[in-house]
Amino acid sequence: MTPTQPSKIVQVKHLKQYFNVGKPNEVKAVDDISFDIYAGETFGLVGESGSGKSTTGRSIIRLYNPTGGQILFQDQDISKIKSHGPEMLKFRRETQMIFQDPYASLDPRMKVKDIIAEGLDIHHLVNSAEQREQRVNDLLKEVGLNPDHATRYPHEFSGGQRQRIGIARALAVDPKFIIADEPISALDVSIQAQVVNLMKDIQRRKNLTYLFIAHDLSMVKYISDRIAVMHQGRLMEMGPADEVYNHPLHPYTKSLLSAVPMPDPELERKRQRLPYDASIENNHEHERQLHEITPGHFVFSTEAEVPQYQDAAEAQAIS
Amino acid sequence: MSQNILEVKNLKINFSTFAGTVQAIRNVSFDLRKGETLAIVGESGSGKSVTTRSIMGLLASNAQIKSGEIKFKGQDLLKESAKEMDHHRGNDISMIFQDPMTSLDPTMTIGKQVAEPLLIHGKISKENALKRAQEVLELVGIPNARARMKDYPHQFSGGQRQRIVIAIAIVNYPEILIADEPTTALDVTVQAQIIDLMRELQEKLETSIIFITHDLGVVAGIADRVAVMYAGKIVEYGTVDEIFYEPRHPYTWGLLSSMPTLDIGSHKLASIPGTPPDLLDPPQGDAFAARNPYAMNIDFQAQPPFFQVSETHYAATWLLHPDAPHVDPPAAIQRRFAEYQKLLQAGQVENPIEGSLNE
Repeated sequence: MTPTQPSKIVQVKHLKQYFNVGKPNEVKAVDDISFDIYAGETFGLVGESGSGKSTTGRSIIRLYNPTGGQILFQDQDISKIKSHGPEMLKFRRETQMIFQDPYASLDPRMKVKDIIAEGLDIHHLVNSAEQREQRVNDLLKEVGLNPDHATRYPHEFSGGQRQRIGIARALAVDPKFIIADEPISALDVSIQAQVVNLMKDIQRRKNLTYLFIAHDLSMVKYISDRIAVMHQGRLMEMGPADEVYNHPLHPYTKSLLSAVPMPDPELERKRQRLPYDASIENNHEHERQLHEITPGHFVFSTEAEVPQYQDAAEAQAIS
Repeated sequence: MSQNILEVKNLKINFSTFAGTVQAIRNVSFDLRKGETLAIVGESGSGKSVTTRSIMGLLASNAQIKSGEIKFKGQDLLKESAKEMDHHRGNDISMIFQDPMTSLDPTMTIGKQVAEPLLIHGKISKENALKRAQEVLELVGIPNARARMKDYPHQFSGGQRQRIVIAIAIVNYPEILIADEPTTALDVTVQAQIIDLMRELQEKLETSIIFITHDLGVVAGIADRVAVMYAGKIVEYGTVDEIFYEPRHPYTWGLLSSMPTLDIGSHKLASIPGTPPDLLDPPQGDAFAARNPYAMNIDFQAQPPFFQVSETHYAATWLLHPDAPHVDPPAAIQRRFAEYQKLLQAGQVENPIEGSLNE
C-alpha cells in the first residue's frame, strides 16, 4: 500500500440489511458485506436487480437502520446519529443522492429554482433572496443549463436536462459524498455520455467522492476507479476497475461480463456466454468471505480456494 | 432469394396535440425480408415505436396517417378495415412489448393468456389450445410448464415474464414479430438469454423480426440489417457490418462513439451535444444539423436525400454529396475501422458487401 493513502470517507463493516426479520418471508437483501470508499474516488457497485446494490446505497445514506454491522462516515458511526439533531443535519448536508428516474424524482409543482434551492433553505446556506438567486444561477451554469430556465417547471425539460437539475440539487449544499443510484439508466444513449462526462468534470472540480450504483457494466467501468460486484446480497469480487474487467477472477463476474452486449457484430458472433451456478455460494461447508488475491483485488471464496485464484491471477497477468 | 414480406413506403404520420401538430414520422420507407432481423435504432422521440405501432394498427386516436403505404405480402394494411386488422394482429403480425411487468394481465393465469390468441384466431378447441400453449411455454424455456400454466404473472421473475410475453406473441407462428425494446427492462444476463431465445425461435420458425432498441450492443448481436432513425426519419440503413464498421452518417458516428466499450480505457467519452429537435416545428434542413459538428451551410437549408454507399447501404447526409469536402470520422470510429481492417486481413470475415443480404 502506498504511504500517501487517501483517507477513508465511508467504511462499511459487516453490513447486514434484512427485511421482514423473523417472519417466514425474511429477505436478506444485504448479507454481511464490508468495503471502504476513499475520499476523491468513484466506487462502482454493480449487480443485477435484486442483488442488494440499491439497498446498500440506501443504508449508507441512512434511509434504513442496519440489521447488523456498522457504517462509518468520516469515522463516525452513522447509526449513532440522532434522527433530529444538528449532527443529522450535517450528515444530510455532506451526503447527497442522485436518483434513477429524472421524471419521478423532481416535484412537478415546484419551479426549478425552488427545487435546487430547497437544500439551501433547509441548511440556511443563503442569507438573502439575491444570494439565493445567484447561487441557483451558478449551479445551473455548473451543470450546463441556462439560468433563464430557473423559473420553469420540470415537465418543460427533457430527461437529460432533468437529470442535470437533479445533479444541481445534489451539489447545492456542497456535499462531500454523492450516491448516484442508476443515474443514467433512464436516459438515451447519446444523453448518457453527456451526463457521465458532466459528473466526471464536477468530481474533478469539487473533489467529490461518488458511489456509483448501476447495472450497466460498461458505463460503470468507464466512470469508476474501483468496482465491487454484488450478487444475492454479497460482494463477489472487488478491485481496481481495470483489474476486475480485464482480469475477472470470480465465476460470477466472468458470467456477468460475458453477458454484456458489445457494439461490435464480429465480437458478438464469436461471443461465448459463461453460465453461472450460484449453488456453490450456498454450500455452507466452508465459510466464504472476501480474500485478497492480489493487492487490492478481493474475491469471495473459501480459504482453501485462495491459492487457485492466486494462480489464475498470475496466469492472467502474464498473458 | 429472399422476398420482401413487408414494405413500408413514404410513411408520414402526424399527431395533433394541444401544442400543435407533431410530425412524428416524416417520410419513412423500408422493407423487411423473410426470415431476417431488421433493427430500428434511435432515441426516444425518433419515431421508431410509432412506425411499428402503425404496422400493428395500434396508433393513438390523435394520430393521422398523412401518406404512405404499409404492404404486408402486397396488401396495404393502411387500407384494411378494423376487422381485417384484427385478423392480422396476433396472427400474422405480433408484438413483444417493452415492459413484461405491465403487458401481462395480472388476473389471468398464464396458460389462459398464452392460449388466448389461439382461441381468438383459430378454430381450435380449448383443450387443444391449452396443449399448444404448454408446448410454446416449453419452447420459450419455462421450466415445468405444465404445472406453471395455472400460475399468475406475479409468481414469475422478470425474465420469465418476458418469456411468457414472447410465448404469447409466437403462439400463432406469426410471419412478422415486432419487438419493441424487449430487453430494456431486464438485467444483462437475462437480456442475453432472451436474445438467444429470439434467435433460436427465428431459426425454428423462420419469422421475420423488427427489433426496436436504443442499445447498439444488442443490435450488433441480433440484427441482419439496421436502420438508424432520427427525428422521424431514417438517416442511414445497411447491413449490420456496414452500419458498425463503415457508418457514414454523423449521427450514427455519434451514437457509436458515445457507447463505452469494455476495452475503451479512460478516453473521454464522446457525446452528442444538444438535444433532438422539436418535431412540432421541424427544422427546414437536416434535422441533425444543429448537433452535427460536420454540418455545412446546405445542412441548414435543405434535407439531404439518400446517397448510395453500396448496394445495401444508404445514408442521408450531405457529406456523401460528390461536391462535399472530405471528412474524417471521429477517432472512436476510426479505431473501429482499424479493428475491422485487421479482421478482414486475417480472413476472419467475409466482405460484408457480398454478404447474403442481396436485393
